[in-house]
Amino acid sequence: MSEFPHYFSIWDKAGHYALRWCAWGVLFFLMLPILVIIPLSFNVEPYFTFTDGMLRLDPEAYSLRWYGEIFSDDKWILAIQNSFFIGIFAALVATLIGTVAAVGLSRAEMPFKRLITAFLLSPMIVPLIIIAAGMFFFYTRFNLVGSYLGLIIAHATLGTPFVIITVTAALTGFDHSLYNAAISAGAAPVKAFWDIVVPLIRPGVISGGLFAFVTSFDEVVLVLFLAGPSQRTIPKQMFSGLREQINPTILAVATMLIAVSVAFLMTLEFLRRRGERIRSGQID
Amino acid sequence: MAQDPIALTREEAASARRELWRRKFMAFAFVSPLLLFLVFAFIAPISTMLYRSFYHPTVAALIPQTLAAMESWEGKSVPGDDVFTTFAGELKQLAKKRLSGRLAEELNRVRPGLSSAVKSSARKMRRADDALLKKEGPELLRKANQVWAENSTWRAVRQAGQIFTASNYLTALDLEFGEDGSIQGREASKIYVALYTKTLRIALTITVLTLLLGYPLAYYLANAPSRQANALMLLVLLPFWTSLLVRTTAWIALLQTNGVVNSTLIWTGLINAPLELLYTQFSTVIAMTHILLPFMILPLYSVMKGIDPSYLRAALSMGSKPVPAFVRIYLPMSLPGLSAGALLVFIISVGYYITPALVGGTDGQMISNIIAFHMQQSNNWELAAALGSLLLVIIVALYWTYDRLVGAGNIKLG
Repeated sequence: MSEFPHYFSIWDKAGHYALRWCAWGVLFFLMLPILVIIPLSFNVEPYFTFTDGMLRLDPEAYSLRWYGEIFSDDKWILAIQNSFFIGIFAALVATLIGTVAAVGLSRAEMPFKRLITAFLLSPMIVPLIIIAAGMFFFYTRFNLVGSYLGLIIAHATLGTPFVIITVTAALTGFDHSLYNAAISAGAAPVKAFWDIVVPLIRPGVISGGLFAFVTSFDEVVLVLFLAGPSQRTIPKQMFSGLREQINPTILAVATMLIAVSVAFLMTLEFLRRRGERIRSGQID
Repeated sequence: MAQDPIALTREEAASARRELWRRKFMAFAFVSPLLLFLVFAFIAPISTMLYRSFYHPTVAALIPQTLAAMESWEGKSVPGDDVFTTFAGELKQLAKKRLSGRLAEELNRVRPGLSSAVKSSARKMRRADDALLKKEGPELLRKANQVWAENSTWRAVRQAGQIFTASNYLTALDLEFGEDGSIQGREASKIYVALYTKTLRIALTITVLTLLLGYPLAYYLANAPSRQANALMLLVLLPFWTSLLVRTTAWIALLQTNGVVNSTLIWTGLINAPLELLYTQFSTVIAMTHILLPFMILPLYSVMKGIDPSYLRAALSMGSKPVPAFVRIYLPMSLPGLSAGALLVFIISVGYYITPALVGGTDGQMISNIIAFHMQQSNNWELAAALGSLLLVIIVALYWTYDRLVGAGNIKLG
């Protein structure tokens, strides 16, 4: 009990332990679904539950069967290709215009800053079903429903707020006179932006792009409304799978997506540390 | 002025003003590509939806001549024979083009029960000869179905034929136009107000649950040694950045009849038969609480990290009991994080679609699910648009509050 000050009463200590148990309980609640889904994806039986064999840790009860099934199913292959294709292009569009906008937004002279910021971040807040219904009505006129371009535009819209947030954060303390100096020294605006501004905020830009990619990669409501049969993505395939017949292939896909999230999180953490070092001046 | 050595001359002041305007313009020029993009990709679609909630050309396109003939009708008694003749003719044309079902559906929305009358009358008109229809149209129509002899049917036709109408909003609020054109409560079905209430109640429940779960964890993390806190924070962020469908799938695996939760409960002997957990309001609330919990923890944690623990220690060493000290010192200081998290969770959960659609069953459906139903299954796009517009009003009001209290730019991503 040496970790407590001597004046702590028994109740203080009890409260301390209660808080600790509470906190760990909530962490357990947060991690539980992920912890359950991974072993279930290796189930040899076509169920969503732990079999007796799995509980006995019998190697016979585990298999890679569902992983094999993903890669032998043309629908899943197409879905994986589509998800990457749409996600990459949506992220590129969102990162490009989002970064430029964030630079303008972080300037002290920006007019109506608060209002415009709230507007630019609103795609994050407006319910997806409203965006989806509106886009379905409006994009039909331009033949964008059922096309890759329509989905890329739609997903880029959802990604831009994340780029704004990360790049604005990377720009805190950024000295805009550096850009102005480059311009008055005769650099073209694009060159000045690319050579002066971008290197200093690169970690923020990359994490914004990653956020935008993940947003697209995980998005299903807009896809349900705007995609044709040839644009099915991983989430759409999972959604229809969960509605029609539940099959452990979905769990195998889910486990692979968890691996993607882990990789994503590690990259973000790396970028965050790098960004901190750039801001503190340790990297030129 | 001129004596003051640091005062600007008129030219200098003008050039400083010009420079300021130039800079304002430049900042705005940086933002403008995104603004233009969002106007096309985001604002125009939402405006189209708002427009669609008023604009309803379907019936006007199906029976244009009938509606034109009804222009002079006063609505006090059944319209004249010319209207009947025109309508009988148009009904025949619709039946031939297989569009009478569409008209039946539209009229049925205004006056429930009209669907079968329209369909059967259309079939009978189709069989009738053109010349006969011209001569005895009114008779044939009255014989086909007695609803055409009723005044209220024709009022329904006229109402359905309005191109610009507020009736979708009335339906969305469980109201309707009465016989005399006044607004009254809708007798036939009262579902949407109850649905909005249920949606707000579920969202509130989720907000309270995330608060009850998130606050202790955020407090614990904020007061833990930073190395440990950073490591544990990853356990919050990993589920946060795991695909939504993955997490929903996991809850299906956990909650289904033979799922992990039921098996564990039976194994421990707490229950004898599996509980119905999945496809209920309960499963919607649990899964959404899990999905939205990080939105509560992140702002709470970031505010709590900035609270100096010595305040609480000072209160305790001056003799305050822990609970009053917490309530009067710590809680008020953590309020900015608490309100930010609570508002964000509430806003997101009000408009949620995916999780209720997959685990909600019939009981756990929220307003978004009904909008999707009217978009995809009942094809009542105008009503979907009206329901969506009302939802949008709620969201904009909440977002405005969030921006006032927290600032939209302070949303935490990790």
